Amino acid sequence: MKSYSKIAYLAALMCVSLPASEALSQAPTGKVTVVTSFSKDVTDPFKKAFEKAYPGTTLEVQNRNTNAGVKFVEETKSNNQVDLFWASAPDAFEVLKGKGLLQKITITATGIPEKVGSFPINDPQGFYYGFAASGYGIMWNDRYVKANKLPEPKEWSDLAKAPYFDHVSISAPSRSGTTHLTIETILQGEGWDKGWRTVKELGGNFRTVTDRSFGVPEAVNSGQVGYGIVIDFFAFSGQASGFPVKFVYPTVTTLVPANVAVITNAPNKTAAAAFVNYLLSPAGQEVLLEPGISRLPVNPAVYAKAPPSLPNPFTDKSLGAQVKFDVNISEKRTNPVDTLFDQLITFQLDGLKAATKAVHDAEAALAKKDNAQARGLIKEARDLIAAMPITAAEAESPEITGAFTGAKEKGARQAELEQKWAAFAKERYAQAKTKAEEALKLAR
Amino acid sequence: MALAIARPLGRLLASPGQAALAGVIALFLLLFLVVPVTTVIYVAFTEKGTGVFTLINFVDFFRTDLFVNAFWNSIYVSTATVLVASIFALPLAYITTRFSFRGAVLIQTLGFLPLIMPPFAGAVAMQLLFGRNGSVNLLLDDWFGFKIGLMEGLNGVVFVQAVHYFPFILVNLSAALRNIDRSMEEAAQNLGCSGFRLFRRVVFPLALPGYVAGASLVFVKVFDDLATPLLLNVKDMLAPQAYLRVTSIGIADPMGYVIAVVLIVVSVLAMWASTLTLSSKDYATVQRGGGGLAKRTLRPWESAVAYCVVGLILALVLAPHLGLLLLSFATVWSFSPLPDAYTFAHYARVFGDSSVYIKNTLVYASLAALIDVLIGGAIAYLILRTKLIGRQGLDWAASAALAVPGVVLGIGYLRTFYDVPMPDGRPLATFWMMIVLALAIRRLPYALRACHAALEQISVSLEEAAENLGATKMRTVRRVVVPLMTGGILAGFISSFATAAVELSATLMLVQSNSDAPLAYGLYVLMQSPAGRGPGAALGVIAVILVAICTFLSHVVIERSQRAKGALH
Repeated sequence: MKSYSKIAYLAALMCVSLPASEALSQAPTGKVTVVTSFSKDVTDPFKKAFEKAYPGTTLEVQNRNTNAGVKFVEETKSNNQVDLFWASAPDAFEVLKGKGLLQKITITATGIPEKVGSFPINDPQGFYYGFAASGYGIMWNDRYVKANKLPEPKEWSDLAKAPYFDHVSISAPSRSGTTHLTIETILQGEGWDKGWRTVKELGGNFRTVTDRSFGVPEAVNSGQVGYGIVIDFFAFSGQASGFPVKFVYPTVTTLVPANVAVITNAPNKTAAAAFVNYLLSPAGQEVLLEPGISRLPVNPAVYAKAPPSLPNPFTDKSLGAQVKFDVNISEKRTNPVDTLFDQLITFQLDGLKAATKAVHDAEAALAKKDNAQARGLIKEARDLIAAMPITAAEAESPEITGAFTGAKEKGARQAELEQKWAAFAKERYAQAKTKAEEALKLAR
Repeated sequence: MALAIARPLGRLLASPGQAALAGVIALFLLLFLVVPVTTVIYVAFTEKGTGVFTLINFVDFFRTDLFVNAFWNSIYVSTATVLVASIFALPLAYITTRFSFRGAVLIQTLGFLPLIMPPFAGAVAMQLLFGRNGSVNLLLDDWFGFKIGLMEGLNGVVFVQAVHYFPFILVNLSAALRNIDRSMEEAAQNLGCSGFRLFRRVVFPLALPGYVAGASLVFVKVFDDLATPLLLNVKDMLAPQAYLRVTSIGIADPMGYVIAVVLIVVSVLAMWASTLTLSSKDYATVQRGGGGLAKRTLRPWESAVAYCVVGLILALVLAPHLGLLLLSFATVWSFSPLPDAYTFAHYARVFGDSSVYIKNTLVYASLAALIDVLIGGAIAYLILRTKLIGRQGLDWAASAALAVPGVVLGIGYLRTFYDVPMPDGRPLATFWMMIVLALAIRRLPYALRACHAALEQISVSLEEAAENLGATKMRTVRRVVVPLMTGGILAGFISSFATAAVELSATLMLVQSNSDAPLAYGLYVLMQSPAGRGPGAALGVIAVILVAICTFLSHVVIERSQRAKGALH
């Protein structure tokens, strides 16, 4: 009898709670599960603030890197237990959106403009929402730079100069969505051929190409490399933790939003929506100003409370406004660009560096004693280094992009293309090195 | 009729109980290793777009310079690491087991610690000490104006891997040395053999199963390891290539899985080759009462030399842990030989969170290690004591686990078990026991090698004697085989336990909530930000101390049982 009444009670409860769930959206409760790539320094303050603002809720944080997070949500969609996806790279959200794994919610927060720099803050279709802005730039270890008597950089092109040889670090764009955006920004800002030339000139000075985003600031913080191409908050939070690091935004940079989205079939949609709206509210935006987080709020009003060291992209128009970033082009050629970077730079780093060093040496010798023939040889060497196996149009063509998506039509396999591109680069780097060495002999 | 035929056949192969045991183990491996892994790597055998079976991807593998290069680099690094690791391990194992040496247990414990390198935090500590601008190189540059590329290129990988994995040889070789029958040595001495010749001709050959077990583990582990090459930014090796491909999104590319298949095949081949080197000889010794080799007392100058050698090796292999300790107390440590200042704040920060991590780690790692020694011991028994058809298959399947990248296993578990609901409706893959099983599968080869080596040294005549006296198979195993294998089983348990306690790659895919997370996960979360570096190192130190205590206790147990045996004699 007793157990029977319990069942009846439960049934009654369910009958009440099911239709009432809409009305209850005012008072979210229960567990909200969020998959995020953000560190504890970022998630803990938000967890505390959110749970305080909405008593009865608990934010369950599952920390995974962006790629693993996307894979996880994808693999578990049949029986989804995750409410929110919360990460930096907009392209991860594009992947999730493309697979129908995100759902729209009603946004109640106001006062957030449409764009930061030249980048739209929210997904135009409304599946994910930017809550903070970040820009790419150059971070360096002050002690390292002083000990090695190195200059302080201002622009990307500075890093391609001879003194920076073997002192620069970056994460591979295939491994870090934000590096991908930086490379894409350079390619769109300068054009395919010139852009790749810049990227490879930078690449010739790389010390390492790391396989995770945080590997770069970590190496700069501990002084293993001098300069890193990083997203701003890595440098800001490093400074906040007392590391001797400095940071600069080059003029060609783009500000990109870090995003949050609700997963399709979220078990606790009400509370998930509440969390998104909290992030976008002034109270949530102010949490971004904590020194351990140091990200740029997307609500311009919040900057009134920011420390003076934090740049304001809404008043400082030089920040990120230079480049018109075309998301469609970027999305279409994501895989070819990442693979080109890996095959021409990451996995050919030794050859590229040897050629670059030879060019630097020859140029140094020429500066002392000019020689027209040697100049010609150096130009040839530089052109060989900059040469690309495919054009911009080819990179967007279905024949090439199809090789990376497992498309139904039979075409080139990814491994075939990779081998072709790698062989192309290897041969030219070797030729460039020989030419530069000839130039050096002539200049002596 | 059927019965009459079945009986002699059955006797020829194995008893029904043994066959049933083999069946259970096969089922376990099928369910938690073969099926999950197959759901992921079958892609390697399909054609792009159509999904038809093909081997073209393997042709591509051998046509790609990068992969061929990576393959030979991996072979080189693994072989060289075995050599260097042997140089570290042989003196430590020999000195501590062969001579009465003060602090032998402590040395065995300390010598085991390098295996427990917490992910990320350990890497940062290594760079800060041995990196291009680490303490060693900054001081060298300051004093003499040059630097050593200790952590550069393939040889850097060899150095770090040897420091990291030599304990496999140490543990297994020590266990084997302890198991050698004293009478063998005495017989040799009576015949006039002594000194290095005694070691070379009698002692070392008798301990060979233990050495081969350790060396083959080192080879395969280094061949399949991706953490160290990535830490040193060496990407032209196979394991990092597989990892980089499998974990990049947006690329529906079979090559990552092709490399995983190559890794698995080479690992199984290496294990098979290691059993071949032993199969021609019999390593079993009969008399078990002696409690291992006689321990000689060293003359004063000898013991001075011995302490120097031991001290030097330990200083080198434990330097990373010293770095970790410094890092956990450091405020800021950047481009300087030592930290700027010291603080206890990092320990204070992790103290609150870490108790749940510690509890989970202890539960997961000890359960996993328990499963490992049970299954590993059983497989070793089936291989060495029965003629069951397909028993080698169990060995190879279990050893292949060493080569399966953690992410592949993690994704495989999600694919296989996420749609299986538990009674409360949540997916089975979210149950914490899944983490234990993944850890057990990944660490099974360690326990298996150790048990296999231990059993190989036991003469079957002891069991036959027991059975002749009327003991059942079960009772013989319980009262004779297991007690004689204790050392090997414990060595396997320690290896599995300690390495499971700091495992991350498979766990990261499977952890569903903070309350179920082990230490390594907490460490990973902390090590993603500059402010988390100190606390991460502190958590790493806690993990190391934790495992060290457990290791020390097991060594004490081994020593005690050894002494008890000796006393009986």
